[in-house]
Amino acid sequence: MNAGSATTPKLGVQAATKVYHTASGDLLALDRCSVDVHANEIVSIVGPSGCGKTTLLWSMSGLHRLTSGGVRLDGKEITGPHPDIGIVFQEANLLPWRNLDANIHFPFEIKGEKPDRAWIAHLINRVGLDGFGGKFPRELSGGMQQRAAIVRALALKPSVLLMDEPFGALDSFTREEMNRLVEEIWLDTKTTIVFITHSIEEAIFLSDRVVVLSARPGRVAKEYRVPFARPRSLEIMATKEVFDLTNKIKMDIVGERTRPKAPDRPTAEIVRIRP
Amino acid sequence: MSGGDAIPEFSKKAGDGHDVSLTNLSAFASGPGIKSGKEVAAIIAVAVVIIGGIELALRLFHVPLYIMPPPSSIAYALFDEFPLIAPHLGYTLVELMSGFTIGAIIGLVLAAVITQFPFAEKIVAPYILILVTTPMLALVPLLILRFGFGYTPRIIAVALAAGPMVMINAATGFRRVDSAKIALARSYGASTLQIFWKIRAPMALPMILVGLMIGAIFGLLTAVGAEMVGGGFGLGNRLTTYSSMIQMPQFFAVVLILSTLGILIYVLFFLIGKKWASWEA
Repeated sequence: MNAGSATTPKLGVQAATKVYHTASGDLLALDRCSVDVHANEIVSIVGPSGCGKTTLLWSMSGLHRLTSGGVRLDGKEITGPHPDIGIVFQEANLLPWRNLDANIHFPFEIKGEKPDRAWIAHLINRVGLDGFGGKFPRELSGGMQQRAAIVRALALKPSVLLMDEPFGALDSFTREEMNRLVEEIWLDTKTTIVFITHSIEEAIFLSDRVVVLSARPGRVAKEYRVPFARPRSLEIMATKEVFDLTNKIKMDIVGERTRPKAPDRPTAEIVRIRP
Repeated sequence: MSGGDAIPEFSKKAGDGHDVSLTNLSAFASGPGIKSGKEVAAIIAVAVVIIGGIELALRLFHVPLYIMPPPSSIAYALFDEFPLIAPHLGYTLVELMSGFTIGAIIGLVLAAVITQFPFAEKIVAPYILILVTTPMLALVPLLILRFGFGYTPRIIAVALAAGPMVMINAATGFRRVDSAKIALARSYGASTLQIFWKIRAPMALPMILVGLMIGAIFGLLTAVGAEMVGGGFGLGNRLTTYSSMIQMPQFFAVVLILSTLGILIYVLFFLIGKKWASWEA
């Protein structure tokens, strides 16, 4: 791992273009979108809905094939799912027929590896799920489910963690709690994180950089540095700097939403996954 | 997922044609649950009132035995004739179990394979619909002509009746693709086979169990029907024999055994569902 090298980003997206072929014609989701994420950085990606945020993240994960352009991890092109990249999906995405322990062991099972019990126990303790291993997902709140999903994503010690609107379905208090948890985990592991969100506050609280995507087709419209020291407190979130930054980003997104669109169909973002 | 559009319609038709309530997954949520002592007492009381009422009415109005035997005479016949009926119960169970096992295995394998190829599925769908909707009993005379009066035609008929039921429900289960869960498995580099066993199969399990339950019940119907058509053994044969000899208490004793069998099948799959597919409810 050549972490920290200023020239090679940890995860680099170069001129990513993605066209979805749908029944109602082609849909350009991403148009030469380039994002560099450096080692140990937390980068949030925000943008108007349907701008291709999720497409971008899934392309970074190797689950989506780009129409053109590429994704490089530590300078090496990735062509499919990579063991060094962990994903936290929308709405936890736990397997309902497995209890939490079995869900967390799932990655090891697929890899045919022995679970790293000490590491898992540490993670479970970190997210506050001690004693819940025998519970099934339906028996847990959304926040608890997402905690388990974070443990699962970190179980194989990835150096990059991709989070796809992980807390979008949670209430705002739980969401704040989860944001603090992500920060704690980051302070603990310094895992590079790419975070997709609808919430500008969440993006600012968590990120070193906030990337604003344009309306579809998605390109990088703006980029902001968030200079506050960590751990960040709720007091910082109440300062004028944060307030101004929030407004700037909000105006960018609103501006993008009302910008005349490229002539394609104004449908929702379509994500198609090959099984 | 693309390619599934021919199928929901197809499974809906089959559902309408047969057992709508059983295809409902809530069958695992409701149904025979644990009951309190009070409920048990009430159930027994109702049974006593109904059975006693029938007994009383039949005796009061001097209904002849050959029209409707009173419950007490059925109970006595069941007790008295059981040693004679028992071997026939055994034959029927052999037919049911072997036919069901063959049909279920073929149905499951076909469902798993065919749902992997949406195009093939569309082509095969109408033929499966024919298999599901044709009463396989209709083929029994033909099967007897070809295979004689032994087990063979009956086992084939049971397999033909159960297989498509298992298949159509299992296929519905295998088609319930959750792309996020498959993406999760793929993100760890899962192979197609791993995705099948670790994601698709568990997701399909509740529907597979529903299919097995319906298939087993259809198998029982078909086994008894086939026994009534020809051959000298099996519970169906007992029904025709007793009715031709106007031995109504014995006839109803056999009916009672058959309904008990049906209930046992239901309870068996209900309990399996409760254990292995309760996450669905």
